[in-house]
This record gives sequence, C-alpha cells and structure tokens, in this order.
Amino acid sequence: MLTYLEDLGTLAVRKALDLTVQKVSRRGFLGGSATFALAVYATDASAFERWKTGGTDMPHGVVEDPMVFVSIDADGTVTLVAHRSEMGTGARTSLPMIMADEMEADWDRVVIVQAEGDEPKYGNQNTDGSRSMRHHIQAARKIGGSVRHMLAAAAAERWGVSASEVVVENHVVRHGDKSLGFGDLAEAAMAMPVPAHEDIAYKSPDAFRYTGKGEVQITDLHDITTGKAVYGGDVTVPGMKVAMAVRPPVVGGKVVRFDASEALALPGVVGVYELPHSIPPAGFAPLGGVAVVADDTWTAIKARDLITIEWDDGPHAGYNSDTFMEEMKATALEKGNALRTQGDPDGAFANAARVFGHTYTGDHIAHIAMEPPVALAQVQGGMAEIWAPVQSPYQARTDIAAALEMDVANVKVNVTLLGGGFGRKSKADFATEAALLSKMAGVPVRMQWTREDDVRHSFYHTTSAERIEVALNAEDRVTGWRHNSVAPSIVSTFAPDSGYQFPVENGMGHVDVPFDIANISCENGKAMAHTRIGWFRAVSNVPRAFAIGSFVGELAAELGRDEKEMWLELIGAPRTIDPAASGFPETYWNYGEPPGQGFDIQTGRLAHVLETAAAGIGYGKALPDGEGIGLAVHRSFVSYVGCAAHVKMVDGRITVPELHLAIDCGFAANPERIASQMEGAAVMGMTVALDSSITYRDGAVVQANYYDYDVVRADNFPRKVVTHIVPHDFATPSTGVGEPGLPPIAPAIANAVFKASGTRRRGLPMGRTI
Amino acid sequence: MARLVVNGESREFDAGSDMPLLWALRDHLNLNGTKYGCGAGLCGACTVHMNGKAVRACQVSLGQAEGAEITTIEGLDPNGDHRVQQAWRELNVPQCGFCQSGQIMQAAALLAENPKPSDEEILSAMSGNVCRCGCYQRIVGAVRLASTGS
Repeated sequence: MLTYLEDLGTLAVRKALDLTVQKVSRRGFLGGSATFALAVYATDASAFERWKTGGTDMPHGVVEDPMVFVSIDADGTVTLVAHRSEMGTGARTSLPMIMADEMEADWDRVVIVQAEGDEPKYGNQNTDGSRSMRHHIQAARKIGGSVRHMLAAAAAERWGVSASEVVVENHVVRHGDKSLGFGDLAEAAMAMPVPAHEDIAYKSPDAFRYTGKGEVQITDLHDITTGKAVYGGDVTVPGMKVAMAVRPPVVGGKVVRFDASEALALPGVVGVYELPHSIPPAGFAPLGGVAVVADDTWTAIKARDLITIEWDDGPHAGYNSDTFMEEMKATALEKGNALRTQGDPDGAFANAARVFGHTYTGDHIAHIAMEPPVALAQVQGGMAEIWAPVQSPYQARTDIAAALEMDVANVKVNVTLLGGGFGRKSKADFATEAALLSKMAGVPVRMQWTREDDVRHSFYHTTSAERIEVALNAEDRVTGWRHNSVAPSIVSTFAPDSGYQFPVENGMGHVDVPFDIANISCENGKAMAHTRIGWFRAVSNVPRAFAIGSFVGELAAELGRDEKEMWLELIGAPRTIDPAASGFPETYWNYGEPPGQGFDIQTGRLAHVLETAAAGIGYGKALPDGEGIGLAVHRSFVSYVGCAAHVKMVDGRITVPELHLAIDCGFAANPERIASQMEGAAVMGMTVALDSSITYRDGAVVQANYYDYDVVRADNFPRKVVTHIVPHDFATPSTGVGEPGLPPIAPAIANAVFKASGTRRRGLPMGRTI
Repeated sequence: MARLVVNGESREFDAGSDMPLLWALRDHLNLNGTKYGCGAGLCGACTVHMNGKAVRACQVSLGQAEGAEITTIEGLDPNGDHRVQQAWRELNVPQCGFCQSGQIMQAAALLAENPKPSDEEILSAMSGNVCRCGCYQRIVGAVRLASTGS
C-alpha cells in the first residue's frame, strides 16, 4: 500500500510523482503559420487528453485565451493574470505556475497580477467550492502551451526555419546555435494567431518543471513575511475616511429611531448615516443599521459607541438556539421527506432483529477569518471603484452596482489578498456597505468591521440534527440505513424559506452515502431558518461526516467489531456507484461535475485513503490507557480524505498528539500546498470538534470575540500532522483540495476520544474537556 | 500631537494619547504590516516590539508608547532577512498570511529573550497568536529552525 504513496510530513517536499509512461506515437506536423508541433515536445496526444468538467457550466465558464492571461515585456518578464482570489489555498500561485510550466517560462521571471472582478473577460472567478484547480488546470495548460507555440512561430519566422525545429526551453527560444529570449520575441509572438488545442504539442507530464512538484513557493511569501502584502484594510486613497456601523442585533430587524448627537459632536466625525435595512431573504444585501464615518478608525470606534438606537427586532426575535435544537432533534426522530430510497428500507426496518440509532448535532459556526470584513469604496462622478478581499469579485461588483443603482460597467472591483475567507467573503455585504456610505458621505470610505461585528453578523454555517439508524439482522449484519437530516437551509438566504434543504446540500454527504447496504433511506425533515445561513468551508459535509463517522465508530463498538473493519465492510467492494441504480434523486448534485471516471463515487478510492491514513498512524498498535486512535473517511468536492487521529487525554483535556490525513484528489498539481491545506484542515477540524459554537438568545448572537468564541491555538493543536497524497498521473482529473480535508477530522477525533476516555460526544462542539 | 519612535525613526502626528498604537501605526504612519484581528489582545495579529518585548499594539495607548522604542514588522530587519523571516520562508509557513506579521514579531521577541527555547516554551510563547488557517505545525517548526538551525 505505502509504496503507492508518499509520506509528505510537514516539511518534506515531494520530488517526483508516479507518472505513467507516455506512449510514443507522434502526431504528424501540421501546416500553417500557427499550426505545428515542436520536436522536443512532439509526444502522443495523450500528453493532454482533455476531459469535461463542470467548469463550463459555471457562470461565464472557463476562459483559456492567452491574450487575456499573458503578456510579455521586452525585458522578458512574463506577466500572468491570477483570476481566482487568494485566501490561503495557493490558487494565485498554482494556476500561473501551471501556465508558466507549459509555456517553458522561468518562474523567476514571472510576475503575477490579480484580475479585477470581470467574469465576461476572465471566466468564472467565484473562488469557492474547491474548484480553482478542478476547473482551471486544463485552461492553464492550454494558455501556456499556446504561448509557447506562438513564441516558436515568431522565432521560426524571424530565422526563416521550420517552427518544428525550434526549441523553447526555460525562457529561451533556440534553433541550432541561434537563440532569442522571450522578450526579444514578445511583440511578434503575441501577434501570432492563437493555436487550437488540437494543434498544440503539449509537454509530456514527465517534462513538467513545476507542475506536480511542490517546489514553487507562493508568490506572496516574501511580502507576507515582511509585512508588505496588501489585504483589504491596507489600501488607502487620498481623502479616505473610515466607517463603522451598528447593525441590527436580530436578522430582519430595523432602526426605529436613533440619536447620534454625541457621536456627531466628537472631533473627527464626518457624519452619521442610516444604512438601508434588508428584509430576509436578502441575499448578500447589508443588514442595515447606523454607520459613522470618521477621519480615522479610532475616532470611528469611539463615535460608534456613542450612538443610541431603538430597534424593531422583527420576526426572528424569538430565536433561541437551545430550544431550536431540541425541536430539530424531535423532528429528526420522525420520518422526513424521502430524498433517496434504495431497496426497501421500510421492510428492512420492519423485519430487523433490532434497530440501532443515534442523533448527532451541530451548532452554528462563524468563520472568523483572521481578517475581519473590510472594504474600501470610492464612489464619485457616476463611477464606483472598490478594493476588497472578496472570494467572488464579479458577484460583489453586480451586488454593488445594484445597490448603487449603477450600470455594472461603471463599477470596478479590485481584489486584494484575503486574510482568510472560508466562505464568509463570498458574501460582499461589507463592500456594499462601503459603497453606499461613500456615495452618501461623498468621500472614499473604508468600512471596517470589528471582530465583534464579524462574530455577530456573519452568514452562519447551519445548525443541524442528524438522525442515523440501522436495521440489524439476527447475525448483526446491517440490512437497512436511515438518515434523516434536519437543518435550516442556505436557500433561506436567497428565497422564501420552505424549511427544506436543496440538492446542493443533499449532495454533500447525505444522499451520496457510499455504503454497500441493500436498503437505504435518506430523508430531510423541516427546519426554518432564523438567521442568515451561509456556507462555511466544506458546508453540509461537516455535520454529515461527523454524524456518519461517529455512527460507524458507535456501531463498531456496539457490535464488538474493529472500527476499521466496520468502515471497510460498510464501504464494501471497490465499485463505481451508479446514482440512478442506487435510488439517488434525479436532482442529485455531484459538486457540479458530469458523470465520468474522475468524478464518480469510487468506493475503492474511499477505502484506500482510509487504509492509508490508518497504516500511516499505525492503527492497531497498543496504546496506554487514556489514549486512542479514531478513524473517519469522507468524500467531498469529488476528493477522498481519510483521517486517523490519535487522542491522548491529559488531565481531562482532549489533546491530539498525531493525526494522519490521506487525500486522493486526482492529479496533485501542487503537493506542497495540498499538504498545507491538510495541515490547516486538521487545525480547523479540531476547532470544529472542540470549540465552535454560535448560539442565539432572543434572536441575537450570544458570542462576541475570542474570549467566548475561541479557536485551537499553539498550546493545543494536532501536534504532528502527516499528509499522504495518493499519486495519480495528469490524466486523472484534479479534484478539490481547499475543503475536503475538514469533514473527517471531527468524527475521527470523536471516535478517538471515545476510545481514550470511554465517553461518546454526539454534539459539535464536544468541548475541550471530558 | 503624538510623538513616537518607530523603527528607529522619530514620528510626530496628530492623534490623542488614548489612541491604540495599532491604529496610529495603520492610520497615521502607513505601517500596514501590523494587523487588526480582535482589538482585545486575544489574537496577536497586531504584535509589535516595545523596547524589545512583544506587545499587542491594540492594547497599548499612544500615551503608554511615548518615549519607547517601537519596532514593527517593517523594521524587524532592513532587508526582511531576520532569521525568523528566513525560517518562515524556508518552511513555507503562511497560508493566507494575515496573522504572520504578528507571529513573526512574537517569535523574534521570544528568541531575543530566550535563544534556545524548548518546544514547550515555544508553544507557550506562541499560544497568544491565532492562525485560523492552522499553520501552527510549521510556525513551531520555523521558530525551532530559527533557534537551532534545524
């Protein structure tokens, strides 16, 4: 098993991938000025056989025009456009890296510029759903390959030789003893026709210089370590003022009256403005409230505290999360709307020797990226320019244009680095606030949210109750599976609330349960939303993986079985699940990807990552009392991640001395950043497991800052995280990385806590102590 | 009028003595490497050095900072090559990067005071600096690397 894997550890960098040998059956050279093959790269077409992804179905699809993404200066500097937002995944580096590799550009001579929000030009820019590599790796190769051909064609024309004899290698174009730099050819090359995919001789993947190696450092590394990197709050323009707002404590609430006289008397206060309030479902519209605009941040903070407001709390003032949780748990025990029915689940339960079941819960979660929401807007002369750390800059642009009642053509959104996103910064309500205030105050305005604003006015990860029951026959074999998922839906933020979840939520670890059980019923019970429900890293996969993973651990304990064997028995033999034949709903959502070998549910890959993580940690080894190893495995964002967590109880405190993650994400384009995402997921997963709880009293969020909404810190984090990346060649489609590490962490820790302490915790968060 | 010595330079600007050092650095001195994360001394994103000690700039008023030597991430090393910064780059520590100025300033202050900290001392010293991306393993590794060279 382990011979197929590389143990990346923290610091080791993968040196080579296990690439399949390319078949050598050369393409014939094609005629025409821009259609030729280059001898050095004239491999079989299988060097890059394209596959269909859901990328083309996204708004504005995928653009692969090199003229949009590449420019070359006379000095040879290659400028590449990063059109996806950088929030820590490395997308801003990794996609240009792939372009540069296929182009044969020297990475040291590449400059990256960030695209503004302009999807008609760049294609889809919505940086979420773990899609950047999945949807754009092919376009990046096409862009790079096109430019390499255009450089060769320009050189061939200049030298009067056949382009097929021209070699492009590491920023130099050669023929015999003649050579030119990229800069010498820049103008002529970029005037060449752009070749079609079929006419490009791609590099054989074993000639990749950067792709798949993990040796390219993120482009912002030096700026980050010297304080020069520019985030949302770091942009200034002349005459800029700073705004802070008091927002309705309860979603849907509004200002009845306010008194800002004391705030206005404070020196340095420019003005106080009421923001338009929004009535749910309001999408990403600002909540409303009262904002103060001042000369600097400190003045804005002080002035904000002087404003007194009388609120009408609206219809959600009765939201108390403790009571709501009890209601959801009761609902989960009843039969829900059937989403997936395979076989005869009712018959299986009616004929069961016994039924074993438990309910697992999850509290709301706020993202609390280190950078609280912040944006700068300059609205003047019928134009608006925005600088903001947003995951979806074109969505922000259209939202802002609508709020300002301006044509989208007159709104420009510049994307800064994001100080973390995790789904929160897909929703640009804070940038819209800045734009509205700039318009009202007539000056450029930076809207700065405090940490308290961020904790109390997020778009929250939903709260949930997941009921799982199995029917067991007389031999204790599982004959039936019932999973009723109850949680307020994200849809409630965008449309009148039905109380039911939608296919995207259902597809995230619920109806796609990959177990080899004859009779399956996946159901959804009603739960109305009473706050803004949004998405948080891995979304519904977090509660589903916790419920299913914990339940497998409990079932193993109940039946006296080994946990790993229980998992493998439930997963069953390696097979590709046929959704239609398995009773999946017609609306089944597979992360937006089309059916196909790279994207279908493949149970062999699922079992493999579980076994890999288990082998990595030494599952089965003897441990002292107070310690235990728990397992979990989950497929999400079309990737497979297995987790093995070693928990050690220290004076009643849950500690995690070691944790192994095995990920199968198809071709691993940038293994070093994949490892960093897994390490980060382990930490965030431990925070989800132990700490993250947003609660409501009388409609308002109770928590405010790190003192009552804390996260895992350096004094207690998974001390040794080891990442195992399943190797694949380029032809196995790259799948998600940013999110899929998170879901299996909490159930693996919960299973380990049970083994270490004998205590089973069925609610997220579990708390720090037992 | 406030007066500060920042990164070896004497600066005068118009702000009250109650203004937190954090906002003075960011809004008045254009030193944006020091980040706002919580405003309550709980996350460490605004860590700077005051007379060589790590402090949370959101918890120090200009009145308290007057007369002290303040060092920010911009002034830690003229070329950005402090051994902690080098170690950070060698181990590819950052993800989003937002907390890293504070992490680096905290680590640099630790090593100035205790050049060879134990693992437990590193964990304890760094536990006031939150990283939501979860770079702790590499942060601890980088502090160790800067300390011991391995």
